[in-house]
Amino acid sequence: MSFLELRDISKGYGPASARMPVLREINLSIEKGEFVAIVGYSGAGKTTLINLMAGLIRPDSGSITLNDLEVVSPGPDRGIVFQNYSLLPWLTVYENIALAVDPLFPNWSAARRRQHTEQHIHMVNLTPARDKRPAELSGGMRQRVSVARALAMDPQILLLDEPLGALDALTRANLQDEIGRICQSSGKTVVLITNDPDEAILLADRILPLSAGPGATLGPSIPVDIERPRDRRALSQDPRFQAIRTQIVDWLLGAGGRPTVTVSKRLTLPDLEPEDLTLPRTLFGLRREAKRRGAERRETVTL
Amino acid sequence: MKKSLQDIFFPFVGLALVLAFWQLIAGRSLERVRADGTSEEIRAGWIKDLPTPIDTWVKTRKYVLEPFAKREELDQGILRFTWYSLVIVGKGYFIALLIGTPLGFLLGLSKTFARMFDPLIQVLRPVSPLAWMPLGVVLFTGAGKAANDLGALFTIAICSMWPTVLNTAVGVRAVPQDYLNVAKVLKLSRTQTLFRILVPATLPYMFTGYRLSLGIAWLVIVAVEMLTGRVGIGNFLWNEYNNGLYTSIILCIITIGLVGFLLDRGMSLLERRIQGAR
Ligand SMILES: Nc1ncnc2c1ncn2[C@@H]1O[C@H](COP(=O)(O)OP(=O)(O)OP(=O)(O)O)[C@@H](O)[C@H]1O
Ligand SMILES: [Mg+2]
Repeated sequence: MSFLELRDISKGYGPASARMPVLREINLSIEKGEFVAIVGYSGAGKTTLINLMAGLIRPDSGSITLNDLEVVSPGPDRGIVFQNYSLLPWLTVYENIALAVDPLFPNWSAARRRQHTEQHIHMVNLTPARDKRPAELSGGMRQRVSVARALAMDPQILLLDEPLGALDALTRANLQDEIGRICQSSGKTVVLITNDPDEAILLADRILPLSAGPGATLGPSIPVDIERPRDRRALSQDPRFQAIRTQIVDWLLGAGGRPTVTVSKRLTLPDLEPEDLTLPRTLFGLRREAKRRGAERRETVTL
Repeated sequence: MKKSLQDIFFPFVGLALVLAFWQLIAGRSLERVRADGTSEEIRAGWIKDLPTPIDTWVKTRKYVLEPFAKREELDQGILRFTWYSLVIVGKGYFIALLIGTPLGFLLGLSKTFARMFDPLIQVLRPVSPLAWMPLGVVLFTGAGKAANDLGALFTIAICSMWPTVLNTAVGVRAVPQDYLNVAKVLKLSRTQTLFRILVPATLPYMFTGYRLSLGIAWLVIVAVEMLTGRVGIGNFLWNEYNNGLYTSIILCIITIGLVGFLLDRGMSLLERRIQGAR
C-alpha cells in the first residue's frame, strides 16, 4: 500500500437535500518521498482536497490512509501551508514558528527547541526579520514563514495549498526555486496544489490535473521525467516541458474541465477589525458578522 | 503645524460660544428698592436661577483651588470627592470585567449557551442603574452596614458589564477559522487553544468592550451615590442641589464630564496599543 492513499473520495457541502458536490471519485496514491502537484481550476475544490488529506474535514465517502492508518483528524505528521498562510498576527516570526515547535517537542530542552526554531527561520532566509510581526512582512516573507512553520513540525508529508498563489510573478519565481531547493534537501513527501502548470512542471515528479467543479475529479497522472535540478530558463525551451504542459492544459480544457480561458480569484489575508457597539445592530445583537479588513489580492490566471 | 494650531484654536472658539450663550441665558441678582425704602435682592434674566459662568467660578473656586481639602464630611475639594467615586467605580468595573469576560467567552464559544442566555442579556442590558440600585441593596441586606457599598458595587458591575460581554462574544465568534485550523493541526490542547489563539485573537474586541464598560461604570456613579448617600462627587452634587447651591451642580457636571473624557482617552490609547500590535 502506498504512503498516502485516497480511495473513492467524494465530498460535498450543504444540507443533504441541497448538497453541492465538490469532489467525486478521487483516487490517488502517493509514495514516500514523492513530490506530487495537483493543478486545477480556481474553485474546483483544491483546498477541499488538501483539507481532506490534512484531516481538517472528513470525506462523505471513501477512505484516506497515511502509512496504513486512517486519517480522521488533523495532526502534526501532516504539515500544511495554508492558502492564506494563517499566521497569527499578534506573534512575531519567531513566535509563530515556536508556537508549532514548543507543543510538538515537549521532551526537548528549551535550548534545543530554540535552536530548531532558529534553524528553520534561517532556512527560509528570514533571520533578519525574526522579530517582525506578519503585518510588517511582505507577502512573500509571510509565505516563507508559513513554509518554515510547516517544516519545523517535522511532518511526514508536506501539504502546500497554492503557496504562491497570492504573490506577484517575480516573487513567485524566486520562491518556486526556494521551495524546490528546500523540499529537495528535506527529502519529504510533498503535495503541491497550484493553478500554474509551469510551476507544477518545475517542481513536481508527477502532476495530476483536477477538473473543474462541481464534482471535480482527478485526471490521469502525468510524470515529469525531467532531471533535477531544473532550470526555469532552460526548462521553457525543453520539448519535454512543452509536451507535458500541452498534456495538462489539453486535459483541463478538454475532457475534464469546462472551456474557461481566464480564471479570476480573490484572496483575503486574515486581519481583524474590532467591533464597535455604537454601530447599529440587529435585534438580539450578537449575530453581527465579523468584519475582515486586510490585504486583498485579485489575480487572473490563464490556463 | 498649522493643523495642530487649528486643533487647539477651534475647541476654544466652541467653548467661548457656549460660555457666551450661557452668560446670555443665565439669571442675575439685582437690588430692588421697595416703596418703603428697604431693598431686596431679586433674580432676573431668562433662566432666573441659573448662575452665570463667572458666578459659578467665584462660588465654587474653593473646591477647585484646594481640590484635595477636607473641611467637613460634605465640604471637601472636588478632586477628593472625585477620588472617592473613582475608587468605587474602579472596584465595580473590575468586577464587571471579571464576570463579563468569561461570560462573553462562553457566549461566543457555545451556541447552546448563547441560545439560553442571549435573550435574557438583551432584556437586562437596557435596565437603568436607578432600577438596579434598590435591588442591589436588598440583595445585600444581610451584610448590614456594608449593604449600601455592596449594592453600589453590584449596580456598577451589572450596568457596565454588558459591552464587555457582548463585544467579547462577538470577538470570539469572529476568530477566523484559519487560526482554529492552525490550532487543530498543531494539536493544541483546549487550554492552549484558549490562551494562545482565542484570547489574543479576541483581545481587540475585548478592549473595545472594556472601554465602553468603563464609560458606563462612570455614568452610573452619580445615580448610585444619590441613592445610597455614599460620599463622592454624585452625592456632593445631590446635596448641593438640595441646598439650592446650583453653582456646585455645574462644577460637578463639568468635573464628571472631564473625568469621563480622560478615562475614555486613556482606554482608547490602551486599545490602540493593543490593536497596533497586530
Ligand atoms: N465550508 C464550505 N461550505 C460550503 N461550501 C464550501 C465550503 N468550502 C468550500 N466550499 C465550496 O466548495 C467549492 C470548492 O472550494 P475550494 O475552496 O476547495 O476551492 P479551491 O479550488 O481551493 O479554490 P481556490 O482556487 O479559489 O482556492 C467552492 O465552490 C466553494 O464555494
Ligand atoms: Mg483554495
